[in-house]
Amino acid sequence: MTLRFLSIILALVCAFVGPVQAQDGPLRIEITEGVIEPLPFAVPSFQPESGESGQMANDLARVVAEDLIGTGLFREVPASAFISTVSDFNAPVQYADWKAINAQALVTGAVNVSGNTLNVKFRLYDVFSGAELGSGLQFSGTTDGWRRMAHKVADAVYSRITGEGGYFDSRVVYVSETGPKDDRKKRLGIMDYDGANNKFLTESGSIVLAPRFSPSGDRVLYTSYESGFPRIYVMDIGSVSRRALEGAEGSMSFAPRFSPSGQTVVYSLTNGGNTDIYTMDVNSGQSVRLTNTPSIETAPSYSPDGSRIVFESDRSGNQQLYVMSATGGEPTRISFGEGRYGTPVWSPRGDLVAFTKQNKGRFHIGVMRLDGSEERLLTASFLDEGPTWAPNGRVIMFARETQGAGGASSLYSVDISGRNLRPVRTPEGASDPSWSPLQQ
Amino acid sequence: MKRILTGTLLIAALAVSACTNPNRFGADGSANGLGANGANGSAGINSGVIPGSANDPASSAYFQQAIGDRVLFLVDQSNLTDIGRSTLDGQARWLLTNSDYQAVIEGHADEQGTREYNIALGARRATAVQEYLISQGVPSSRLRIISYGKERPIEVCSQEACYAKNRRAVTVLAGGLTS
Repeated sequence: MTLRFLSIILALVCAFVGPVQAQDGPLRIEITEGVIEPLPFAVPSFQPESGESGQMANDLARVVAEDLIGTGLFREVPASAFISTVSDFNAPVQYADWKAINAQALVTGAVNVSGNTLNVKFRLYDVFSGAELGSGLQFSGTTDGWRRMAHKVADAVYSRITGEGGYFDSRVVYVSETGPKDDRKKRLGIMDYDGANNKFLTESGSIVLAPRFSPSGDRVLYTSYESGFPRIYVMDIGSVSRRALEGAEGSMSFAPRFSPSGQTVVYSLTNGGNTDIYTMDVNSGQSVRLTNTPSIETAPSYSPDGSRIVFESDRSGNQQLYVMSATGGEPTRISFGEGRYGTPVWSPRGDLVAFTKQNKGRFHIGVMRLDGSEERLLTASFLDEGPTWAPNGRVIMFARETQGAGGASSLYSVDISGRNLRPVRTPEGASDPSWSPLQQ
Repeated sequence: MKRILTGTLLIAALAVSACTNPNRFGADGSANGLGANGANGSAGINSGVIPGSANDPASSAYFQQAIGDRVLFLVDQSNLTDIGRSTLDGQARWLLTNSDYQAVIEGHADEQGTREYNIALGARRATAVQEYLISQGVPSSRLRIISYGKERPIEVCSQEACYAKNRRAVTVLAGGLTS
């Protein structure tokens, strides 16, 4: 039984990893087929078009390269191998020189700094086809936000080559952790998706849990014990001002998430020892009870169209995943494998649900279709937990806690084929990541 | 599976019996050490009970150490064990005698579970204690519950010996000091 189950999973994973992409046709990576051989690209230092932009021209190109390499889909051809140099953004590209070093994609850019305004232009070339891929683009912003300009360039490159939406110009809000397991301090942190520009949003005086971005990325819902009991708060990220959203006397509320409209919050409320799922209008505070059973119902997450909610319940005897209408009603169970399933999160593309699976003393991050089919386990460890989706629905970030008295939590990302597991840089220990939508 | 269960029961039973001993939470009544010196020095009565000390049956230290302020649970369970009920019988008697105390019952889970589920599970455990105390006559108005899920372990190893002590509901006293 176990073996058969394992081999089914293996078969699924193998089916997912397709053959190496041949470079006969146009420049293209099919992410859904998996990639074994990363595509080689070159990003020469961008052209400084104003006197003060030299350093930035170099830094921008580095961030673009790091974004692309970090996907696991691309490999950088180092500058030491270059035959050509790019000395003019508008000069014709010497394709033969780039072809000779097997750089299949070439990204060129130019930078102009005027006061604190930054202009970045870029072009993407399909070297083997000898043609530009898409037309050049230009982004403007402030010099402070220069990394965002680089992420936007990388998003456009990634998007043109993979046909998928980008995810680099995004942020992550998470719980920063310090101290030993029996005296852990927690506070909210927010950073760029790659760990840059970290900032803390709360003090570490009380427990904070599971921050979640609003659909527009300007607010965060989270659970805090600052009142002495777990209550849900909503914070405006810009002003860092917050207010309690829910917390009736004698009850505990937690596990909040926004609806796609940003007007409604779905959450868990415990009353009399029983935990059920409710929704609340953010402005009026009016709440509606969606489940009413003696079992535990928690960790709700909306479908991208807002019509349904996936959640976990132990009504069958242990944690399993269920889908119900966003207005409540009879749910449908979708998880049937061995073990326990929790913390479901609906993919922003709507096609998959990510979850935490606990089986035989191990934890996994996995994905399955909404009918429960095509379950794929992406990770395995002593304790993996709390997946969150990249804006393009192709990468998942989660927290991994190590075992034992010195155990600590940190963030990792993995793509939905289970490849490219990578640590995410944070200044301290970290858990409960929530990935923002692409920034506007 | 059966063997694992038996093992778990055994360990849990051992852990429960250990929990009535002074422990890290019990040490919170540390004001007693100071009180001992002061009382001996000033009054010179060595037969008297030092108020607030673990020898004072009306003190929270006595509640923690002599009565036992916590009960333990099996994996994923919120049912009270026989040993747990016996501890709670003592807690109920004490709370009925010392009626100026209120209590917050803290529910906890071990680290083997997802965060949200463990908060809900801790709430179940705290509620099981609350309901039992109420059934023994303690007014519900004196009891509140809170769940910490897996956020506040007292033991840090990643083995059943530690998990068994972390799967707990602790009755934390409040008030009573002004009387």
